[in-house]
Amino acid sequence: MKRFFLALLALPSLVFAEDTLNSGDTAWMLVATAFVMLMTPAGLALFYGGLTRSKNVLNTIGMSLGAYAVGTLVWVLVGYSIAFGDGDFIGTGKVLLSGITSDTLSGTIPELLFVAFQGTFAAIAVAIASGSMIERVKFSTYIVFAALWIVAVYAPITHWAWGGGETLNFGEMDFAGGTVVHLNAGVAGFVVAIILGRRKDYGKVAIKPFSPVLVSLGAALLWFGWFGFNAGSQLAADGVAASAFLVTNVAASLGVIGWIMLEWLVYKKATIVGGASGAVAGLVAITPASGSAGVEGAIIIGLVGGALGFYGVAKLKTMFKVDDSLDAFWIHGLVGIWGSIATAIFIADYAMADDYNMASQLVSQFSAIGLTIVYSGIVTAIVYFIASAITGGGRVDEESESRGLDETVHGEKAINL
Amino acid sequence: MKRVEAVIKPFKLEDVKDALSEIGIDGMTVSEVKGYGRQKGHSELYRGAEYVVDFLPKIKMEMIVNDDMVDQVTSTIVEAARTGKIGDGKIFVSEVEKIIRIRTGETDNEAI
Repeated sequence: MKRFFLALLALPSLVFAEDTLNSGDTAWMLVATAFVMLMTPAGLALFYGGLTRSKNVLNTIGMSLGAYAVGTLVWVLVGYSIAFGDGDFIGTGKVLLSGITSDTLSGTIPELLFVAFQGTFAAIAVAIASGSMIERVKFSTYIVFAALWIVAVYAPITHWAWGGGETLNFGEMDFAGGTVVHLNAGVAGFVVAIILGRRKDYGKVAIKPFSPVLVSLGAALLWFGWFGFNAGSQLAADGVAASAFLVTNVAASLGVIGWIMLEWLVYKKATIVGGASGAVAGLVAITPASGSAGVEGAIIIGLVGGALGFYGVAKLKTMFKVDDSLDAFWIHGLVGIWGSIATAIFIADYAMADDYNMASQLVSQFSAIGLTIVYSGIVTAIVYFIASAITGGGRVDEESESRGLDETVHGEKAINL
Repeated sequence: MKRVEAVIKPFKLEDVKDALSEIGIDGMTVSEVKGYGRQKGHSELYRGAEYVVDFLPKIKMEMIVNDDMVDQVTSTIVEAARTGKIGDGKIFVSEVEKIIRIRTGETDNEAI
């Protein structure tokens, strides 16, 4: 991503020099796109599905599956045009991918491939946000919300960070979507969780995960897919992609260690749900820095990411009293903020510009963080109210909530014994 | 005729059953139950949220014995089921008014 825009913005003459298809880059990006696809209907679906209660497992998995399907549709219809079309505040001109053929290039890869790759990001962003709403939001409301959110929230924020928006681009370093995807999704989830209100059982009875086994498997699939997410964001099969791949792996491992260590210090237990959550926190933290941090940076970024994730869900969450069901804000939002700040601090030699100024870069990072929180916070609320109005109220009735959404909304059960 | 009910730790079931069959008890009914007494529950931890699980799994075994066997049966169970730690369980002995074997129609002591 970074190389692409450096090429576009700073060295326009090179765009033409690179304007030939590179089959190695294209081959890698085809695979990377498939990797990222796996993250939503497999990785996130199982991670979240395992964390929810047994009566809401299919509903929770359905949110990820539904987000992916609807997200893909909306992306090719208008989302891509808003995010990557021409324009300052929002992009235009590529509705229904108009003007893009199999010969059109984006850097060294076909633009159609770039469309597909970026579409997987839009889908996972809104699927991440579902984690804050589950066990009480109506499936229909969420699906309408997902479509509107990608258009009104995700695509504009992407345009400002990566798509050529100038006024609202503060020069933030966000290689693979720490702010664009994770902080954005975390804030969106948090806002909807506040509007929806708490689950009836929240804070009253034990809410235990359906299956820590699925949580572990889901986290492993996310980890696997994240190689496509981060290393793929280089949009080329080169040394930076390899570096992104390695630091992603290191930070995820340190996320596991950071979470489990702190948990052990506080509770004298090293839980597997904690280890799996720590991996995701480490991955979130390294995302914006994956194209610039070195291994030493990744160790710190991941370790702090995992520890901060634990501190968020175990301590800070209880202070806010917002029922963020599966902790999307704490693991993607809070840790996403850490990742964005850390990106400006931990830079490997290969990525360090001679005139690099950490202080001014930190201002850029904080500006982008602030913009994302404010814009996502406000527009997500508007989008939710529209989705709720269209579907006749956003929350399921009390009886459905207590019997479980699998049975009452979908007419299925996760397990038939 | 007496009914002996024993609530014991699940992992002691085989030991108790073997000890009882050695003294000639060759029939019993066993159920998996949940409960708590002085042992209380245990806690589970998910993402920093600690949940106390009040009810612990136990095994309840029931058998009907002749009056003269009661002391031997209860002391055998106590010996086999005891770990010395809290939560070993309890034994209840009660009177049985009538027994009928469904297959043959035999009653009382003949039906034990």
